[in-house]
Amino acid sequence: MKSLILHTATRLMIGVLILFSLFLFFRGHDEPGGGFIGGLVGAGAFTLYAIAFGTEATRKVLRIDPITLIALGLLSLVVSGLIPMFLNEPFLTGKWLFIEWGAMETKLSTPLLFDIGVYLCVVGFIVTVIFSLEEE
Amino acid sequence: MNGLLVLPIAIPLITATLALLFRKNSFLQRLIGVTGMAALLVSVLFIFRDVHTDGIQVLQLGNWAAPFGITLVADMLAMLMLGITAIMGVVVAIYSIYDIDRERERFGYYPLLNILIMGVNGSFLTGDIFNLYVWFEVMLIASFTLLALGNSKNQLQGALKYVFINLFSSLMFLFGVAMLYGMTGSLNMADLALRLPEVENTGLVTTVAMIFMVSFGIKAAVFPLFFWLPASYHTPPVAISAIFGGLLTKVGVYALIRVFTLLFVNDTGYTHTILLWVGGFTMVIGVLGAASHMEFRKILSFHIVSQIGYMIMGLAFNTAMGVMGAIFYVLHNILAKSNLFLISGIAQRLLGTFELKKMGGLYRHYPFLAVLFLISAFALAGFPPLSGFWAKLSLVKAGLSIEQYVITGVAILVGLLTLFSMTKIWLSAFWGKVPDEVPDHFGKQPLFGAGSLYILMIPVMIIAGLIILIGLNAQPLLEFCMTAAEQLLNPSVYIEAVLGPQ
Repeated sequence: MKSLILHTATRLMIGVLILFSLFLFFRGHDEPGGGFIGGLVGAGAFTLYAIAFGTEATRKVLRIDPITLIALGLLSLVVSGLIPMFLNEPFLTGKWLFIEWGAMETKLSTPLLFDIGVYLCVVGFIVTVIFSLEEE
Repeated sequence: MNGLLVLPIAIPLITATLALLFRKNSFLQRLIGVTGMAALLVSVLFIFRDVHTDGIQVLQLGNWAAPFGITLVADMLAMLMLGITAIMGVVVAIYSIYDIDRERERFGYYPLLNILIMGVNGSFLTGDIFNLYVWFEVMLIASFTLLALGNSKNQLQGALKYVFINLFSSLMFLFGVAMLYGMTGSLNMADLALRLPEVENTGLVTTVAMIFMVSFGIKAAVFPLFFWLPASYHTPPVAISAIFGGLLTKVGVYALIRVFTLLFVNDTGYTHTILLWVGGFTMVIGVLGAASHMEFRKILSFHIVSQIGYMIMGLAFNTAMGVMGAIFYVLHNILAKSNLFLISGIAQRLLGTFELKKMGGLYRHYPFLAVLFLISAFALAGFPPLSGFWAKLSLVKAGLSIEQYVITGVAILVGLLTLFSMTKIWLSAFWGKVPDEVPDHFGKQPLFGAGSLYILMIPVMIIAGLIILIGLNAQPLLEFCMTAAEQLLNPSVYIEAVLGPQ
């Protein structure tokens, strides 16, 4: 779509949208948010870009084929489920790793990996659908 | 607690993911497809060993104890179904190498096939009724896409019918689950089995039972809810037809067997009588439909319906012998039916059509293919010493032992009619004269060697071999089915395995 307002606004918005989607994603750890809603907002950013500049340009911005994103997402889901199996616990059991950084503490866990998978799947899926509709 | 139990679900998921990652490389996809199915078969064999020696195996996913978490339960019935699914997976993956075109491969045939198998395996393993719904959906979404993949006009027509009726069935299923949850406050099937007898309003329980019967009945294609099946199953490529025709309806049958032996067993005078009538009508209507059609795959599709009737009949008898017969019938039917579909695909490659009137001369030019067809067709009709004979024999014996003479008579008669439509295919496609217009390669293209269809022949030979093997040495499989039936008819074993000693 050729519109100066849309083009300029999109350039400004896309960074904010992606940051916001990441914010929602990390917030989802303990509060409302998470991989699904974060992924939706992230996909929204690329959809907006696709409306403003076309799918060709969006593919360049995305750098990676959206279907590959789905595959990577699924892979991360499976891996998060399989990790506890190597520790002799049932599939999908939550495993946590606490790393101390002086006063700060970082929590790494298999639920986080699972959520990353959800995020990637949602972004990949919605962008794939939007692309195929646009390119039809 | 048995960690292996998750593998039949995890392996197809991993395979699907890898196939999706390498979707541009046709060779790698095929390799991943076949290897994944083989790995699945191996994992199922390992679990089978555990179930065989130690009884029902249970896994609480994510370490959440039943009835709060989702439980995976592997009893003998689930294992037999998983085993046959894995075998079908392997042969169809091999068949697909030749049968599925590049276009479909590029649009994700292998990932979808594996997701479908994952859904089927999940349905067999889950011990949670809502989770069963989720696996049904996984399976259905994959099957919608597989059915429509390729975008030809009659495919979309078939897929549309399939989608509508199956969405309706899922909706019914969801209603039923919601009512169950409302009555008992639980979704774990073992827990439900404990709580349902305590529900005061027994009429409501029977109502829910009927809702489940309609919902699973649509998926299993029983009378009078079968019409979507012959309208859609003959449209996609043969490899997909085979896995649909062999496997998918049987998941509906499995669900019926599961809920009507575990959950809804308090009003059997009502529910199981209806099942008996449904089984009888399904047999007769299906076989009559088959008799009136002249297209190879349509005949086979109607036969699926007819054969489902036998399984429902065995379930409705509600005796160990009957349920055993039903399970044995499911296993045998998946083999025989899929093989006929696969053979129809080879015949179509040679003659260029599925229309019986335009087919002929297969026996003259390809006698070996004719023999393979005869084995599968006779097995389907129940000739000794093939697998179908033992299946029908156990059902007939079960029927006679509880003095259900009429339906047993119907079952035997339907067997004869099955033979009639198989003869129809035989007379025109195999014995008939070579038609005037045949593709140039007919009669010249060999079945084996260079430039041949040997990739299509390998799966057909494997299944035909299994049919003969089961026929000649039925005892081990009959014993496994008997164990499965005894476990089903004695739900306390299942309940104790899931919830611990009561």
